[in-house]
Amino acid sequence: MKKELKCHIGIGPKVEGVALVAHDNFSARYDLDRIKGVFSRPQHQLFGKSYKDVILVLNTAKGGVATAWMLYEMASRKIAPKAILFNTANTILAQGAALAEMAMVDRFEDGDVTKLIKSGDHIMVCPAEGQVIFLD
Amino acid sequence: MRLNKEEQAMLSGEFGPAIKWAIEHQLQVGRMFDAEDMVPVSQAHMMADPESLGEAGVAFTEKLAETDIKVRIPMITDPRGIDLNYYEPLGQTENMANLERRFIAACKNMGITMTNTCINYQTIMPPVFGEHVAFGDTGVVIYSNSVCGARSNFEGGPSALAAGLTGRTPRYGLHLDNKRIPTKRFRIMDQPQDLMDWGVLGAAIGRMAGSYWEVPIIEEVEKTPTSDQLKHFGAAMASYGSVPLFHLVGVTPESQNLVDAYSTDLEIINVDMDAISDLKKPFTAVGEHVDVVVFAAPQLSIIEMAELADICNGRHRSDTTDVIVCTSAQVYGDAVSMGYVDKIEAFGGRVLVGTCFYQQYAREIGEANGWKRLLSNSAKIVNILGGYGYQPSLASMEACIESAEKGRIVS
Repeated sequence: MKKELKCHIGIGPKVEGVALVAHDNFSARYDLDRIKGVFSRPQHQLFGKSYKDVILVLNTAKGGVATAWMLYEMASRKIAPKAILFNTANTILAQGAALAEMAMVDRFEDGDVTKLIKSGDHIMVCPAEGQVIFLD
Repeated sequence: MRLNKEEQAMLSGEFGPAIKWAIEHQLQVGRMFDAEDMVPVSQAHMMADPESLGEAGVAFTEKLAETDIKVRIPMITDPRGIDLNYYEPLGQTENMANLERRFIAACKNMGITMTNTCINYQTIMPPVFGEHVAFGDTGVVIYSNSVCGARSNFEGGPSALAAGLTGRTPRYGLHLDNKRIPTKRFRIMDQPQDLMDWGVLGAAIGRMAGSYWEVPIIEEVEKTPTSDQLKHFGAAMASYGSVPLFHLVGVTPESQNLVDAYSTDLEIINVDMDAISDLKKPFTAVGEHVDVVVFAAPQLSIIEMAELADICNGRHRSDTTDVIVCTSAQVYGDAVSMGYVDKIEAFGGRVLVGTCFYQQYAREIGEANGWKRLLSNSAKIVNILGGYGYQPSLASMEACIESAEKGRIVS
């Protein structure tokens, strides 16, 4: 198993935490109950799961622009993921991460990040270096 | 990123803390997407409803406004979350309204024009071919890029605000020629007829396109669509696929050059009845009681208001089914003078001004009013509202009104 993954340089601080992974897409408006801090869209693979303080690993973004404000609002209440990793982010997610000072990276050299990382993996995300390190 | 002297001065704080924040924000985003420099933009459009903003987003905006900074370019706004003339009956609270009031005051202080619309390309000042803009609301962006030939990325609220303050945005994505080239080729097998059909077709293509960075080129549309049809088509495509640009051969301005140069090497993906049926299936509930019928997402044009008023005329909704219609202030005035609003309200509908249903605390107003089963002709809104606790269903405008009249979904 690889000890680290290379990706495009991203946004936000270096963080470590436990991964929560799904090959599904993401919008804070479409998919979350932001008061309870859980995925609330019944069709989402992470339905019912808490996103608080985890490192989300997902396929790509979907839907609208609201997530840019919502990540900031979620972070202000400390009911937010520590970082979000995508195969491909969109502009909105990157803009939201910048305002929320949340770690975000995408475009992994070794392929589908939702297969390279498993739920429960303990990882460190280094956006400035474009690097994700497995800690266990 | 290369910055000119003015941009370097912005970054060093010579223009004050608000501009410094704005360009630092833009640089972070630009670096992530490999922007080499900034591009001047002529207009900005900001999505910012109070549910998305929360206390934190409103306080952030107020802090910028307190510096007495003004936007440098014409800047307008997406729908609000509260119709301040009609919020208590919807179950919206005074706290929600106060957040909205504070945000509006901060925006006005910065010189932002509160148009509160997601159909600015139909009602305010449509961008022109090749114009670089910084627009929010995915429906606004995809229409402006595709139908007008303008150039914008999806600019979320903070980034649209930053663009308004600096008068520029990082040059990446759809500001570049090579990001506008088709990457997936679709062929329409069954021609869409009404607005719902166009929305469903856009949704199906958006879902198959699958990413912000894919550019669909779509062939074999037989009849030139209207602005409203393209509005629903694009809004649904953006909603399902996060797609910001499409080319419709024979219709959109960049399509002809691109289809000849780039399409022949792309595999053709047929959008057939199976794809359409597959998309509609989760939103089919014939015979079920309907709690609320919603016409929104995008806001209705004056033509849609006329059509809706005509269908409503002389009829009345069931006592157990509410009807909500969202349009812009610009359309509302004409709709009043033409008698359209009277006809819709005589049916028992409520016309909200300057809002859009999914942006106005959809979860809270659903719980307050006991709305669970929702019916709409908007493929976009049914995609959004599942996560807000609704059971959304799709039907044509005519079928929506007939369902509201009978209190159950007729088709």
